Amino acid sequence: MSKTKKTDVLIVGGGPAGYPCAIRAAQLGLKVILVDKSGLGGTCLNRGCIPSKAVIHAASRFEEISTHASVPAMGISCAKPKVDMKALTGWKDELVGKLTSGVAMLLKSAGAEVLNGWAEFSDAKTCTVTLQDGDTVQISAKNVVLATGSTEVELPFLPFDDPHVISSTGALELEKLPKTLAVIGAGYIGLELGIAFAKLGVKVSFIEALDRILPLYDTAMTRPISRWLKTHGVDMHLSSRARGLTRSGIAFEDKKGETQELAAEKILVAVGRKPVTQGWGLENMAIDMAGAFVKVDDQCATSMRGVYAIGDLIGEPMLAHKGTAQGEMVAEILAGHRCRFDPVAIPAVCFTEPEIVGVGLTPDEAKDAGEAVITGKFPLAALGKALSMQGGTDGGFVRVTARKGDHVILGIHAVGKHVAELSGEFALALEMGARLEDIAGTIHVHPTLSEGFAESALVALGQPLHIKA
Amino acid sequence: MGLYSIKLPDVGEGVVEAEIVEWHTKVGASVAEDDNLVDIMTDKATVEIPSPVNGVVKSITGEPGDVLAVGTVIISIETDGKVSADEEVNLDAPILRQAQDADKKALPSNNTKPHPESVEGRDDIQTEPPHPEAQPQRASKEAVSQNRPKPLASPAVRKRALEADINLSHIPGSGPAGRISHQDLDDFIAAGGRLRAGASPASGVKRTGVTEQKIIGLRRKIAQNLAHSKRTIPHFAYVEEVDMEALEALRAHLNANRTEDQPKLTLLPFLSLALIKVLPDFPNANTHFDSKAGIATKYEAVHMGIATATPNGLMVPVVKHAESMDIWALASEITRVTAAAREGKGTKDELTGSTITITSLGALGGIASTPVINAPEVAIIGVNKLQVRPVWQDGAFAPRKMMNLSSSFDHRIVDGYDAALMIQHVKTLLENPATLFM
Repeated sequence: MSKTKKTDVLIVGGGPAGYPCAIRAAQLGLKVILVDKSGLGGTCLNRGCIPSKAVIHAASRFEEISTHASVPAMGISCAKPKVDMKALTGWKDELVGKLTSGVAMLLKSAGAEVLNGWAEFSDAKTCTVTLQDGDTVQISAKNVVLATGSTEVELPFLPFDDPHVISSTGALELEKLPKTLAVIGAGYIGLELGIAFAKLGVKVSFIEALDRILPLYDTAMTRPISRWLKTHGVDMHLSSRARGLTRSGIAFEDKKGETQELAAEKILVAVGRKPVTQGWGLENMAIDMAGAFVKVDDQCATSMRGVYAIGDLIGEPMLAHKGTAQGEMVAEILAGHRCRFDPVAIPAVCFTEPEIVGVGLTPDEAKDAGEAVITGKFPLAALGKALSMQGGTDGGFVRVTARKGDHVILGIHAVGKHVAELSGEFALALEMGARLEDIAGTIHVHPTLSEGFAESALVALGQPLHIKA
Repeated sequence: MGLYSIKLPDVGEGVVEAEIVEWHTKVGASVAEDDNLVDIMTDKATVEIPSPVNGVVKSITGEPGDVLAVGTVIISIETDGKVSADEEVNLDAPILRQAQDADKKALPSNNTKPHPESVEGRDDIQTEPPHPEAQPQRASKEAVSQNRPKPLASPAVRKRALEADINLSHIPGSGPAGRISHQDLDDFIAAGGRLRAGASPASGVKRTGVTEQKIIGLRRKIAQNLAHSKRTIPHFAYVEEVDMEALEALRAHLNANRTEDQPKLTLLPFLSLALIKVLPDFPNANTHFDSKAGIATKYEAVHMGIATATPNGLMVPVVKHAESMDIWALASEITRVTAAAREGKGTKDELTGSTITITSLGALGGIASTPVINAPEVAIIGVNKLQVRPVWQDGAFAPRKMMNLSSSFDHRIVDGYDAALMIQHVKTLLENPATLFM
């Protein structure tokens, strides 16, 4: 006999969109039930952002030590390092465990109830949750927030259940390093992981259908990454299509249309992510779709009254921080506040080598939007802090794009070692409506990478201090 | 192929910086020798910089309004290869000869059109002519603001506006680039905007546009000079009325009987004549005061500045040695120098060196004004509107043509008593016009 629970807010999915929504809604005095099956923190904490950054950090550490072992630098030399993937993965899991249990505690202290189970809707406001122990709970909710997230896209000829094929999730679970790795897809996920494995000493090859990497960014920004890949012996097969598994690796069609074979012990498929819309009764909720995604308005409301959807489920960009912002917003709406999802920009970062950060419009996008722009590009090679961290020599830079008429900043992009940490200031500048003069007039700490931002504004204003005007 | 780097020339007179007024070329444009590349303005004058070569502009430095130091490379021109090797210069290592060459060509020469020089002014109420440089800028700004996707405001301001049901595009932002602050939102709500937002929209169209205009060129000079005058000079203002019946009768007579070659007389030559007569007794008023050096230079000559509204802004053309002229010569010279200033043809000499200034608002007049002294001068005499007023005379009101004189004196140099006494003398002369000619 199943129990029935009534609640103000039912949130399905405990990822970076769902759990902040639950915390905020509970803080605002609403009765909240959060249903999650695959681990609080979602893809982000368990299989995405955090574990990948841990592996990337470890890989970078390993590469640095390896470099010192082969060619002493900065007066530091050492013996050739070894990597124990089982221990590395264990360290990563420990980190993930710490964070996910932290989320559980935050939800609890906020007063949100968490059910570990799988929800299946029978109508838009009612669902049955099958708990871990097989018990079921009926939930009837005044409001429903869908935050089921996304999952990796599988290629039919490269099924994830093949022992040679791995998804990004699988790539973070490896207990033994492959000697060779083929990465299908040179988007940010493929590149982040592929570069990490290359740093760990794996021979990595990319197969990418487009003729370039990271198509969301202009070539000026991707060039330092292409250069890194080239100098680190990573093979790039662009304009090429994976065709299927072979005995020793993978077959693909190169840009000339000829079929080639690539030896690969493991094949990482990173061709994108798709929203999780199956298996939880979405079809019973009478909700309009927008392509593969759930259709929402600027308040994240679906076509069904009282049902909201947030995060990866509602479309690009599939980024944790976007989902978090939407989750918070929906909680406030449910508590009676007036809100609208209305950011000037959603910042994005690629933890490649070097890193990329992009906020707002690129110069080309701005021009396409009919803006007359001025840009300022400051090379990190002219920045003491970048050089002291062995950055800057990779072609990195900070580039600001501003409206010519009133100098309001429209976009900020950077590529370089550690530049991801600049994303906060970039986003703030856009949200606050900063002009070039505001950035140039803000004292930036020396020596930090943030000086590069101020200098880029000075470049745009025609008066840089540390490069020739 | 050679690269010419032209430096901001030293236009002499100890000028160390100059302002870019207007570029006449742009990067990528072809220029021919002697084409005007750019107008620059120093403290003293506006000069054109002609191109010393034929070629293509590779780079330019400075936008209109930017003040650059003498010696700054302002433009580089790639020559078309016909220049001989010794004319070539590497941009990274510009040689001195090149700069000197450019200097020579850039100096105002006889065939260089003289530009009106900057003037110092006073707070005349003028019909503000549109600033010519600002026009295209304004137009492009408006075009830009039309396609602006959303009002410029921080997330917190946006949220407050949404909660209060206020469309931010109705609020004029006071911040840079029209950014809307919390204060702007508060002001809008306090002004009843909140109520209006929900009320009938037919109550009138709100004007929300703002235009930022860069204050450059002559306008900036005027701003600097006036601010300097007001900041440093303790002004003593004095207003007195003058009975103009006799003078107006004389003026009408002279105008009616003038010969072909004689100009029509306005009031200004008579006022000039009166000042010329009284100034020898009040040498402190015909003086330049250099407060830094602590020296007041008293002039025997009277170089009469005539404040003039020109299409570019306020200028003060000068009638030199006014004391040597009769009423007709004064009238001709006043007409000539003011016309030249209005047409932008005033020479440097005609636009500097006044020892005392007259300002007149002409037909606008007004009852009284507080003119700002044209530093380093120490006195300025303003003419207000002449009108028929009832005056108590011989036991009855009589209609009289009356006019106020509004004057300001540098109180550091001219005592209030002396200032008043001087104006009384001027009044007596004007009321008894025959004495002007004795």
